[in-house]
Amino acid sequence: MVEQNVSKPTGIATARPARGVTSIMEGSMAVARAVKACRPDVISAYPITPQTHIIEFLAQMVADGELDAEYIRVDSEFSGASVIGGASATGARAYTASSSQGLLLMTEVIYYLAGTRLPVVITGANRQVSAPISLQPEHHDSQSLRDSGLIQLYVESAQEAYDTHIQAFKIAEDHRVLLPVMVCMDGYILTHVFEPVTIFDQAAVDAFLPAFDPLHYLSPQRPMTFGPIADETNSLEFHFLIQQAIDNARGVISEVALDFQAAFGHYHGGLIDAYCTDDAEIVLVAMGSTVSTLREAVDQQRKAGQKVGLVKVRCFRPFPDEELRLVLQTARVVCVLDRALSLGSQGILAGEVKAALYDAEQHPLVLGLLAGYGGREVTLETVQQIVERARQAAESCGSQVGLDFIGLKPELLDLPRTTNGS
Amino acid sequence: MAARYEQALFTPGHRACPGCAASLAVRTILQASGPDVIIVNATGCVETFTTPYGYSPWGVPFIHPLFENAAAVASGVEAALKKKGLADKVKVIVIGGDGGTLDIGMGSLSGMFERGHDVLYICYDNEAYMNTGVQRSSATPVGASTMTSPAGQAAWGKEQPKKNLAAIALAHGIPYVATASIGFPKDLMRKVRKALEIHGPKYLDVHSPCPIGWGFDPARTIEVAKLAIQTGLIPLYETGYDLPLKSRRIGTPKPVEEYLRLQTRFRHLFENGGRQHIAAVQAVADENIRKYGLV
Repeated sequence: MVEQNVSKPTGIATARPARGVTSIMEGSMAVARAVKACRPDVISAYPITPQTHIIEFLAQMVADGELDAEYIRVDSEFSGASVIGGASATGARAYTASSSQGLLLMTEVIYYLAGTRLPVVITGANRQVSAPISLQPEHHDSQSLRDSGLIQLYVESAQEAYDTHIQAFKIAEDHRVLLPVMVCMDGYILTHVFEPVTIFDQAAVDAFLPAFDPLHYLSPQRPMTFGPIADETNSLEFHFLIQQAIDNARGVISEVALDFQAAFGHYHGGLIDAYCTDDAEIVLVAMGSTVSTLREAVDQQRKAGQKVGLVKVRCFRPFPDEELRLVLQTARVVCVLDRALSLGSQGILAGEVKAALYDAEQHPLVLGLLAGYGGREVTLETVQQIVERARQAAESCGSQVGLDFIGLKPELLDLPRTTNGS
Repeated sequence: MAARYEQALFTPGHRACPGCAASLAVRTILQASGPDVIIVNATGCVETFTTPYGYSPWGVPFIHPLFENAAAVASGVEAALKKKGLADKVKVIVIGGDGGTLDIGMGSLSGMFERGHDVLYICYDNEAYMNTGVQRSSATPVGASTMTSPAGQAAWGKEQPKKNLAAIALAHGIPYVATASIGFPKDLMRKVRKALEIHGPKYLDVHSPCPIGWGFDPARTIEVAKLAIQTGLIPLYETGYDLPLKSRRIGTPKPVEEYLRLQTRFRHLFENGGRQHIAAVQAVADENIRKYGLV
């Protein structure tokens, strides 16, 4: 008997959830519709594939008079992040979107946004970072920002992208948090694919997400100095407070997810979402669009009598150490599917999962697998292969544990080398 | 004393060096602008000497973002004011040094000009990276010795002429571009007021001598500032997309040597073989005098 979505809270007393209209739309349109419903005051826009459709849809909404926002066509992603920072510091709700090199170009500003406690929302349409240049989905771009204080939520479907953007503003602007939030969605697989998406009434979104109520902002009525110099006497305390805020976000993210369920009837997990994990011997761990493939794979494995489960890491920052410990420590093997590799170390998610399990009472074997890397497709066959490896690893008690490049093509590695002629 | 400064928008007690022209510039700018402004300040001397955590001389709302994004942050501040219906009541002023403006902040500044934000960008130009200890910037004048363009047996200081950002600003077709000097504070105040009355992006360059970086007696800041103007090395003018060029006449120009002699950054030009380099500096002044009609 397969238990469906064990982590989903049930029996929440609530009024009937808001009704929505469901239609087929591109993932980027779902994001644009969500952002519009959140009534941003200022949007900055700079094109980069595969994020561009989002800002194009928003531009059209502004041009058609459907969205009353200042839409700033910036000169770079660096300026794009800076514009929303300035707007947020002036008490405005602000949004932008980017990908890949664009997110890297924003990096300096993103540290600043978190350090100055500016609660903006950014969409990160995940794409590989050069070199080699590629447009395909990978998580290096967003995961490289993991130490910045930016909250990161990863979604698995266009519907979750829509729902999570509405949640993102509420999380960011909560006075217990006041940090930037990035909603990460795999490029193409989620940004360009057409799926059924339920769009909710503006009134329902307004009831869920009140107007931005900034704690501090720039105003001649009450002059304040933002961005002072810290030194050895106070810098530690600044960072203690940011860490406290991002820790507060753990509770706020879970709370907002439940509030969203009560208001709209949709739930995609809190910090994580566990599927068929209660009795699982092998648990797959992943983020983003891969998760929806893995759900089907788990169903297939269960039908074949295999005790396989799945954990979606929905929130990568703050990292759900405690939640993962609780759900993973009873498994025999944990397979972490990574779309990003910390070159010279291991898959980024795998490393973090291992660190989380260090404090667990029981220690399952953890396999780090690069799957979906550079956009290479993760199919049900890929998952079958991974489950097989997990079983072998369990039998050999982990003697073969190491980084696994799933689907590596040896024939591409054997190119004849030429000398430089010297 | 306390009562005297109660209403001041930029109070004493900050940590600027003795004789600092940038701090005089900030005080003068705020005297002209009044309290209904938001200041965005690029990383640099002004940010460093005014905002050690827990202290602030700023009596107006102030934000220090990063080194190279002040113009973009100001664009966001202005957009937010517009959306809130406050754009007519509150004006946005950027204050940045020459490094943050002419070098690293050039891209975001050009974007701000091109998009037409209602922002006054003021560069306090002390002609090098002073906050990090006097390194060459693109605003450093030809012949000046700095820590990264030192004079030596095989070098005569900076080889390239000063970048003309006012001309670059004007090429964006913005409504107001002006140069000013801390040696002429009334002229500076008038230009700040005039700029704030004009809607759109404005650029104002304020020549601001630095006693530490240029090597002169801190008591002589104003004298050095005035000599830069009186020699023609720094032309004072105002112009704009729809405005004719209006220059400040300097009478009979003083020879550049009078200006150069006061500063250790030019000392090497007075040593063996330096005459030709002094002639090169004089040529810059002569060209300005001709081009901007200074006499």
